[in-house]
Amino acid sequence: MATRKPSDGSSRSASGTPARAANPHAPAGVRDAVIVGGNRIPFSRAGRKYADASNQEMFTAALEGLVARFGLQGERIGEVVGGAVLKHSRDFNLIRESVLGSSLSPQTPAFDLQQACATGLEAAITVANKIRLGQIESGIAGGTDTVSDAPVAVSEGLRRALLDASHAKTLQARLKAFAKVRPSDLKPLTPATDEPRTGLSMGEHQAITTARWGISRAAQDEVALASHQHLAAAWDAGFFDDLVTPFRGLTRDDNLRADTSTEKLAKLKPVFGRGLAEPAEPTMTAGNSTPLTDGASTVLLASAAWAAERDLPVLARLVDAETAAVDFVHGHDGLLMAPVHAVPRLLARNGLALDDFDFFEIHEAFASTVLTTLAAWEDADYCKAELGLDAPLGSVDRERLNVNGSSLAAGHPFAATGGRILATAAKLVAAKAAETGKPARALISICAAGGLGATAVVESV
Amino acid sequence: MTDSYTKAVNSGFTKTLAKKLGLPRPAILRRFRAGDPLTVGPVLVVADDASMGDADTLAKELLGWGLDVRRQPTDDTRWGAVLLVLTETKRPTDVSSAVLATGSVLRRLATNGRVVTLSRAAADGDAPALAAARNGVDGFLRSLAKELRAGATGNGIVLTDGVAVNGTSVLATLRFFLSARSAYVDGQLLPVGPADADLPADWDRPLAGKVAVVTGAARGIGAAIAKTLARDGATVVCVDVPAAGEGLARTANAVGGTALQLDVTADDAGRRILEHARTRHGSLDVVVHNAGILRDKLLANMKPAQWDSVVAVNLEAQLRINEQLLGSGVEGLRIVSLASTSGIAGNKGQTNYGFSKAGVIGHTRATAPWAAAHGGTANAVAPGFIETEMTASIPFATREVARRLNSLQQGGRPADVAEAIVFLASPASAGVNGQVLRVCGQNLVGR
Ligand SMILES: NC(=O)c1ccc[n+]([C@@H]2O[C@H](COP(=O)([O-])OP(=O)(O)OC[C@H]3O[C@@H](n4cnc5c(N)ncnc54)[C@H](O)[C@@H]3O)[C@@H](O)[C@H]2O)c1
Repeated sequence: MATRKPSDGSSRSASGTPARAANPHAPAGVRDAVIVGGNRIPFSRAGRKYADASNQEMFTAALEGLVARFGLQGERIGEVVGGAVLKHSRDFNLIRESVLGSSLSPQTPAFDLQQACATGLEAAITVANKIRLGQIESGIAGGTDTVSDAPVAVSEGLRRALLDASHAKTLQARLKAFAKVRPSDLKPLTPATDEPRTGLSMGEHQAITTARWGISRAAQDEVALASHQHLAAAWDAGFFDDLVTPFRGLTRDDNLRADTSTEKLAKLKPVFGRGLAEPAEPTMTAGNSTPLTDGASTVLLASAAWAAERDLPVLARLVDAETAAVDFVHGHDGLLMAPVHAVPRLLARNGLALDDFDFFEIHEAFASTVLTTLAAWEDADYCKAELGLDAPLGSVDRERLNVNGSSLAAGHPFAATGGRILATAAKLVAAKAAETGKPARALISICAAGGLGATAVVESV
Repeated sequence: MTDSYTKAVNSGFTKTLAKKLGLPRPAILRRFRAGDPLTVGPVLVVADDASMGDADTLAKELLGWGLDVRRQPTDDTRWGAVLLVLTETKRPTDVSSAVLATGSVLRRLATNGRVVTLSRAAADGDAPALAAARNGVDGFLRSLAKELRAGATGNGIVLTDGVAVNGTSVLATLRFFLSARSAYVDGQLLPVGPADADLPADWDRPLAGKVAVVTGAARGIGAAIAKTLARDGATVVCVDVPAAGEGLARTANAVGGTALQLDVTADDAGRRILEHARTRHGSLDVVVHNAGILRDKLLANMKPAQWDSVVAVNLEAQLRINEQLLGSGVEGLRIVSLASTSGIAGNKGQTNYGFSKAGVIGHTRATAPWAAAHGGTANAVAPGFIETEMTASIPFATREVARRLNSLQQGGRPADVAEAIVFLASPASAGVNGQVLRVCGQNLVGR
């Protein structure tokens, strides 16, 4: 099958003392992790094209497209890391099983990781760090999620009865176990993404934050419109020709509405924040919130030497990353505000300011998440009180924000979003650097359930 | 992939029935498999008196390939092939005994046997009698091929420009015609000239170390071309439109190559192909223009988009890519383009397609000297009826008739087209340039 000889994951020429990282702020003894490229399948709204596709099928498809793009057949990759937020218990080795179903060498190790919506980016950070430390020469990071094929759990009452029955020795004991089941126990529990500690959905949490920051409906719809327009333009320009491989006959993200307009968005009824006292008219609609989505994505990372040995292109470096968490339960910060905390720490460690970035990739969980994030960084009081900064972090140039669209248009298959954003950012900085002859930088920010956030800096090589 | 009719008339009760009813009984063609013998039996080499020296030379070459070579037409064997050497024939009357000797063994030609003629092309300045004898071979071979049965084929090598009978490309072509690789090539005469090239070190891997690009590789004939190129040693870059990426990835992963999602009608398609091949694989040696579309309509009902898109994909894209590749000074480039028998014989409802495919033949001939100036070649392959998703969409009755309208009474396979392309793309075929090789089972229409 594969003509290329399976290669040793830790290539000889790159072993020994790792090459020094180009980043002057990197710790001593750490080398660069570069981004070679990415591949995802088109994202599809729940219940449509991928209605009966499993996470494993989708992630395998994303992997196969990556293997084909970069000629990785039979290659032993250092590690494949990824995960899914909504996961069947049988998928305990989801990523490894996907690798075994792919054209990669079966000797490629893999593991599952999960950090809610930050899963994909966290996977890339983990892979990059292994590369930077010289533990692996190459790695694939990614994620997959399906809401259509999500696990359905049984009620606690039925679960206990089933367990008791399976432990029972006699028929009578077995029947007795089931006798305890109440009709209400027979209702399946669909997976909830509600916050376990507050019982509120993510949308309701964000509605509180949106209201607190006074983000208007018009401003949110504007973000949503830009997302659709930017993503449509990127598709039309062929930007995704080497980032996406079709799956099950779907060739484009099917949540994308190239023809949406301010008027159309303005017509939609609010869905979150209806129980809040303020504002009188809730602002968050299905148009400015991400839809439930199915999809999978992958990113190929490597040491510069590994990429060079295989004549692979290099788009960018994954320079550094920072995660954060907020106390949304007892504290007063919003559920999705963690990246607001992570970014100042990340910038400080790398001697960077917001002005130093050519692109900002801020995950659009909701249009208002992006807007509250931007508002918080401009707010002197918040920056002082919550972030401990002497002055506001600064403003994000809206011209540089999500220039090729983001989750509002593409959709948001939770764990797959990080890979989508990272590959997009890497390609953007590479193109910008090629055009200007100067280094280009992107800041990535992804909020996640549980008050989590992951952020990263990507820089052209 | 053998059609169900062909299967039925070759096995069990239905075979007996078909025989009794005198139904056409297409043979199951022998296809190339690594390790199988080159021919299905001994090879008879016959020649007219003047060509005996060339016949001896060729017989020695065949012995070197491990074949059982005979010089006498005996009736104690099932012949695998007959090689009819008429290279030094001077007058029409010279060929009689050699031709009749060939005829004397045809009843004992094995299933999937081969008849190959070797003659010289009639050239300007030939004496009329010489030109008559040389050109006569053309009509002889095409007629003979129609008489052959049971999967046997007849093809001819026409030597040009004084090439020696054991010239590299002559031998490469002879081997192709004798082998199972040419299963669906029938009734064809291929002009072959001198070549500044060597025979392959390993006949099973003539493309070892070469980098080949195939457009339209996601499915059908293109996918088969990619697989055959890879089987014969090439590293393959698989190109198709982004929307066909899923199939493209499958092909690329099956052949250990790379997938390049690219519309060949893009202005810079040639440059992007070259850049990909060079940066990722170090060179570009072969380009196969296979991407093609059909938009059938009677001309009276033809919409501008139907005409224009067919011309853009099937013809203009090839021209532009060739210009960009040859213009960037790629050396030794082998270009193989997909034409079609529709471009030779014409087809109702296919004025656009016929124009595009005849156009391919035109530009192939015109590109040949340009390619040769850079040490390369430009050739075309014209498939007849090939069993693919494209032809599977033809209504049953039309399809059933179409696939029988050739000497082999069946449709070809994508792999048959691929074998011809790989042959033309191989280094040893350097002496074949500006030609159109038909892979059509000797379709009854056209040449
Ligand atoms: N099947 C036959 O009987 C037959 C006969 C004669 C000639 N041909 C020729 O052989 C070639 C392959 O035919 P097939 O039967 O495999 O057809 P097919 O339709 O199965 O495959 C053609 C491939 O070309 C691709 N393609 C189309 N437009 C493209 C573009 N602009 N850029 C890149 N790729 C593009 C398609 O996506 C598809 O994968 C065509 O040129 C066709 O005209 C076929």
